[in-house]
Amino acid sequence: MSTTRRLPVAPRRQALPTLVMGFCAFLLASGPSVSAEIAPTKFVTGNGITVLVLEQHFLPIVEIHTLIKAGSAQDPPDKAGLANLVASLLDEGTTTRTSKQQAEQIDFVGGTLEANASEDFTTASARVLKKDIDLGFTLLADMLQHPAFYKQEFERIRTQLLGEMASDNDDPGHIAMKAFNQLVFHGHPYRWPVNGTEETLNKITLADVQAFYGREYSPSQVILTIVGDVTLEQATALVQTHFETWKKVAPTARNTKKPAPVERRTVQLIEKDLTQSTIVLGHVGLPRAHPDFYSVTVMNYILGAGGFSSRLMDSIRDKQGLAYGIMSHFDARLMPGSFWVNLQTKTETTNQAITGVLSEIKSMRDAPVSDQELTEAKSFLMGSFPLRFDSTAKLAQALAQVEFYGLGFEYFTQYPKWIDRVTKEDVQRVAKQYLDPKRYALVVVGNIAKAKVKH
Amino acid sequence: MQCARRPTMTWLYSRHIMQISWLIAVSSLAFAFTSPAVATEPREFILSNGMKVLLAEVPKAPVATVQVWYKVGSRNEVMGRAGLSHMLEHMMFKGTAKYPKGTFSRLIRKNGGMDNAFTSQDFTAYFENLAADRVELALELEADRMQGLVLDMSELTTEREVVKEERRLRAEDDPQGALVEALFAQAYLSHPYHWPVIGWFSDLDAMTLDDLQRHYDTYYSPNNATLVVVGDINADSLLPTIKQLFEPIPRGPEPKLIATMESEQKGERRFLLKRDAQVPFVMMGYRVPNFTSEDSYALDILDSILSHGKSSRLYQNLVYEQKSSLAVGAEYSLLQTDPGLFYFYALVSPGQRPEVVEEALHREIKRLQADPPTEQELQRAKNQVEATHVFEQDSNFRHAMLLGQAESVGAGWQKIDQFVERIRAVTTKDIQRVARQYLTEDNRTVGTLIPVPPKQPEAPSTAAQQGRP
Repeated sequence: MSTTRRLPVAPRRQALPTLVMGFCAFLLASGPSVSAEIAPTKFVTGNGITVLVLEQHFLPIVEIHTLIKAGSAQDPPDKAGLANLVASLLDEGTTTRTSKQQAEQIDFVGGTLEANASEDFTTASARVLKKDIDLGFTLLADMLQHPAFYKQEFERIRTQLLGEMASDNDDPGHIAMKAFNQLVFHGHPYRWPVNGTEETLNKITLADVQAFYGREYSPSQVILTIVGDVTLEQATALVQTHFETWKKVAPTARNTKKPAPVERRTVQLIEKDLTQSTIVLGHVGLPRAHPDFYSVTVMNYILGAGGFSSRLMDSIRDKQGLAYGIMSHFDARLMPGSFWVNLQTKTETTNQAITGVLSEIKSMRDAPVSDQELTEAKSFLMGSFPLRFDSTAKLAQALAQVEFYGLGFEYFTQYPKWIDRVTKEDVQRVAKQYLDPKRYALVVVGNIAKAKVKH
Repeated sequence: MQCARRPTMTWLYSRHIMQISWLIAVSSLAFAFTSPAVATEPREFILSNGMKVLLAEVPKAPVATVQVWYKVGSRNEVMGRAGLSHMLEHMMFKGTAKYPKGTFSRLIRKNGGMDNAFTSQDFTAYFENLAADRVELALELEADRMQGLVLDMSELTTEREVVKEERRLRAEDDPQGALVEALFAQAYLSHPYHWPVIGWFSDLDAMTLDDLQRHYDTYYSPNNATLVVVGDINADSLLPTIKQLFEPIPRGPEPKLIATMESEQKGERRFLLKRDAQVPFVMMGYRVPNFTSEDSYALDILDSILSHGKSSRLYQNLVYEQKSSLAVGAEYSLLQTDPGLFYFYALVSPGQRPEVVEEALHREIKRLQADPPTEQELQRAKNQVEATHVFEQDSNFRHAMLLGQAESVGAGWQKIDQFVERIRAVTTKDIQRVARQYLTEDNRTVGTLIPVPPKQPEAPSTAAQQGRP
């Protein structure tokens, strides 16, 4: 149920202190040396597509990734799920290929072709072997520029999405997040699930799909990222051949809106015949471009994002044995996203777990973190940088998102500095500013009668 | 994109929630990774204590994965102690004399790495993904816990509760997970594939420190382990460090071979699972051979023709044409220690009957038995195998997992080296033959999840309340 779309966080090794001394002395012989040399070439085509190319010649594979700057946040309020439905129909037939022909062509070369919507944007990508690069471009360009939106495919996919929505209700984590988002983002575009609700999906017409596509899918709204075994010259020529015919439309204005804060403690209890309670607790967070993002990242690592080194994991799982998984998240988006902690615990320990979570949130605000916690959090965030870009697909996604959020490609070299300068005072300041143990939304899914939630 | 949903795989349990894509990755490990054009062959070394070491140099990014694989999984357990291997995996993070509790993960983390572990029916594996210049730290820590693990009663008491929460999450409260568990219990009567990797509640409660100690002493020895390192490393310079760290560990006893075999299935087995759920779910498992049989290659291609991609037969017929299923698939992994299941699953569309879906699955099987697939379908499947092989190498982690799994199930990485070649030799007639031989009524176990209305709670079904500020 983790749905973080937080940007890859990037560090530099030079700043890494010699933490392992005393444990593992031989490490001192080899100084930290890793730095991420990620320097894509960027250009804009005549019709307005932003293109990023990064050559990677180790394996004969190519990732062609498009990010379209329109997601479920652009759905009309009564038609939630529209952006996702449009994305779902891209590989269900174009003016020259049926759904089955698209599938057959990509499957025959063992490649993948897919499109997915999220809150802030939609992605469509093709992954192929180098020898099939022209086919990859052809199929991707075709589905982006000439989707047919056949009536019968529209009906079929909508029915399919409605069915999946029903099936998703077997996942308590999914139910809890859906309820949580409605509490935290009331009246805000992030309120509904990306795939909509039964009610809103049923209101969408084929004309809505065509209109959304016509309005939002425009070359100037596209970041096209190519990573892999291809030269800049080849990539440029392929972009020209396949994408320069795409007609420009006037961009639509974007409204960004801050979600209203959770004014008071709001609790929603959802009865389901389960042995565990699924708990989600949190409130509004911050936007990705906010300068506090880096201090919040360090703070959140110490609270609950740092795996087995986090306070929540240590307290709720390792000391009390109350949960298998527990984590805290700041989902920083174009507009402020949310902060939440999620876990599952047996029905009987529901209250104990909630109390434990609130107490850890409170401690983050009340006292500064220790020097050791701060150092360890920073060295993980800086040192794990290269792991975030260790596959072609991850690299392509990261490049596209750095461009989308306007972080600039110095991000890849400057990130460690931004993390390294976070102080204990910063951590406590952002804990006080972005964590609230009194005004929060709490959702519990499970055997409510037996759990007797007191919070 | 609609066909990507797959049921929770039964046999991979990890210490902490891992990315779901990793779980799926393991289920499709049947794809070996040999393609003459691009293979990064590992170098193999055997240490003086019998430990096998596989090192693959992949300089494309300054990172590496270190993995230690032990040949022990739920197949090495006995009745009454189901879940012991997985419980031990959790306890492996509780510290040694040199690195006390909590030190392991903290050290890895503060060096920018991530660590975790996973247990299957056949193996238990521990890994660290980290910057290439930190590999030695991971090796030092893994060598240390290969012996001298401190097993403490109060730690066990707490961790037992954690594992029980994991069981609730994956089986008790997950209808599909519950059906998978029941399917294996029905398909295997005597062989340990009968019980789930996570174990039963009563067995988890009954486990003692002695059980864990015995399991550790029996299976956690260098001669029962494989060390795999893939990434931006230099094998020649790393080997002396590996020797220095691991060779002092004495050779352990040779674990007994598991003698329990499953006899031939003589007649279809069927069962129902009735519980609170939104939509029905159908599974069919057929007992098939593993990598030791030449037929495994044709079975692998058969799986591909049926279920890989949206142009595959099951998706096109059940999801696209008939619209009776929300998701459908087949799954076969030849990399299992003992013969496993070739299984089908279908998530039934709301309003559709599971009987109709099951019948549609049977129809697809019968079609392949009556007529071989087309040459075009065969070629597509082969191309998919070859492409997947290259894509797998894009991730050091998955690359290392393939090596580790192939070694741990007894296939050996050299053997799967021939995989693509063998796959190329499969004919349409072979596929028809294995479909006829193995996908038979008498050899199958069918389980159906039937949703029933939830138990009536004592309180109102959904209560929303506003608290005081």
